[in-house]
Amino acid sequence: MAKQNTNNRFEDRLQQFFWELGDTVRFAGRVIRETFRGPFEWGEFYRQCYVIGLKTLGLISITAFIMGLVLTIQTRPVLADLGADAWLPGIIMVAVLREIAPVITALIFAGKVGSGIGAELGSMRVTDQIDAMEVSGTNPMKFLVSTRVLATTLMVPILVFYADGVAFLGSYVGVNLGGPISIKLYVQQALDLLWYFDIIPATIKTFFFGFAIGVISCYKGYNTTGGTQGVGVAANTAVVASSLAIFIIDLLAVQLTEIFI
Amino acid sequence: MTNKVKNNKSVIEVTDLYKTFDTKKVLEGVSMNLYRGETMSILGRSGQGKSVMIKCIVRLITPDSGYIEVLEQDILKLKDDELNQIRTRVGYLFQEGALYDSMTLAENLLFPLKRNKPGLSESEKQELVETTLRSVDLLDDIEKMPSELSGGMRKRAGLARTLVLQPEIILYDEPTTGLDPYTARDINELIVRIQEIYNVSSMVVTHDMKCAKRVSDRIVILHNGNFIARGTFEELENHEDEIVRNYFI
Repeated sequence: MAKQNTNNRFEDRLQQFFWELGDTVRFAGRVIRETFRGPFEWGEFYRQCYVIGLKTLGLISITAFIMGLVLTIQTRPVLADLGADAWLPGIIMVAVLREIAPVITALIFAGKVGSGIGAELGSMRVTDQIDAMEVSGTNPMKFLVSTRVLATTLMVPILVFYADGVAFLGSYVGVNLGGPISIKLYVQQALDLLWYFDIIPATIKTFFFGFAIGVISCYKGYNTTGGTQGVGVAANTAVVASSLAIFIIDLLAVQLTEIFI
Repeated sequence: MTNKVKNNKSVIEVTDLYKTFDTKKVLEGVSMNLYRGETMSILGRSGQGKSVMIKCIVRLITPDSGYIEVLEQDILKLKDDELNQIRTRVGYLFQEGALYDSMTLAENLLFPLKRNKPGLSESEKQELVETTLRSVDLLDDIEKMPSELSGGMRKRAGLARTLVLQPEIILYDEPTTGLDPYTARDINELIVRIQEIYNVSSMVVTHDMKCAKRVSDRIVILHNGNFIARGTFEELENHEDEIVRNYFI
């Protein structure tokens, strides 16, 4: 009996998961449609870009610098044992550009911005602000959702580029801890190992990271139910689902890159 | 039947409206009219579907079946853009005011104005905001955030935001709920004053008898998903049906 109940619960949860997945995809389709159907809310879009960028800049700066520094310090002895010290800047840069900066930046972004969007829209939903907007002739999907999704889609790649630069700086400091090296030589060694396919797929996937974070967070917030408790749940599930989406997109991006390159 | 009802044509016409949530039947074939210039109250206990009814009128909720005509437009068949146009002519006051909490009071009023009255200059918009806030006695609080306002002030601010678009109809969702008797009385007086100044048609959803008595030309009672009685306050107070009379005890 207990086993049957467990099976039923599992089935219910699985059914709920797929129902919500389908609904999120439909929501994403509506976001895209509203984004391209004018007029676009440029003022709100610029405001969101500014707020989102500013909100995460400090955290991403610190994380990216430490990321570059620690990665360099930990990799250096291994390469030194193999007599491949000169490859250190290049290897660090490939790792940072291809994987570490995009994923870590997106995860930080999901935690900071995704939860904020989930909570903000959730609170607007439970206090009837979204309905109020709708009945006063303003399309909330266009004003609240499309602007936020477009802002996250564009801001994640920009922040990832920024994180690449700061991680590079951290890595340079890490290399210098083991012995002085000129910045010119360091840059040259880093670029020697890089080619454009290290940058292009990694950049493309960051747009998808940003889009997924925006859509999932907005979806969770926009469809909040259950009062203030629901707002907390929306903020929390926005982060969890966005983080999961980041890893799934990353996995798909790696597979696709392997196929095409 | 009051003179307003006799002489005017209807601005809202609802016919055979049905709405079910899961297995709960909320509206079961509701029909009603709101006439130009009148104030009609919908009375009913909590959970009877009063708010669902007025949300259907502005299509915040889509009914399962039925016909809703607002300002001579079939609201259920309108495209999004057409619906938005109609919505600017129908004001809706939410229970808690639903003010945008990231904006000041002035910005709350400017928000719908900027989107729906693009032809107005900045100074005209500002003047309209100030005039509207003056009409609800909130001009001194123009730069305050919603969190700085009391419950009654929020309702008045919500009403001001509704009025700024100069609607022809106002739907009030529980305008006096959660307010002390004195503030509730002020809100009732304000509803009457707004009707006189702006000559709007109003529909008031409430379970507050004092509110219904003060503001209504006509009252309908929603019970178990349908209207069981219609008339003036006095007529319904002395109604032959005990269920109806019980509402007035």
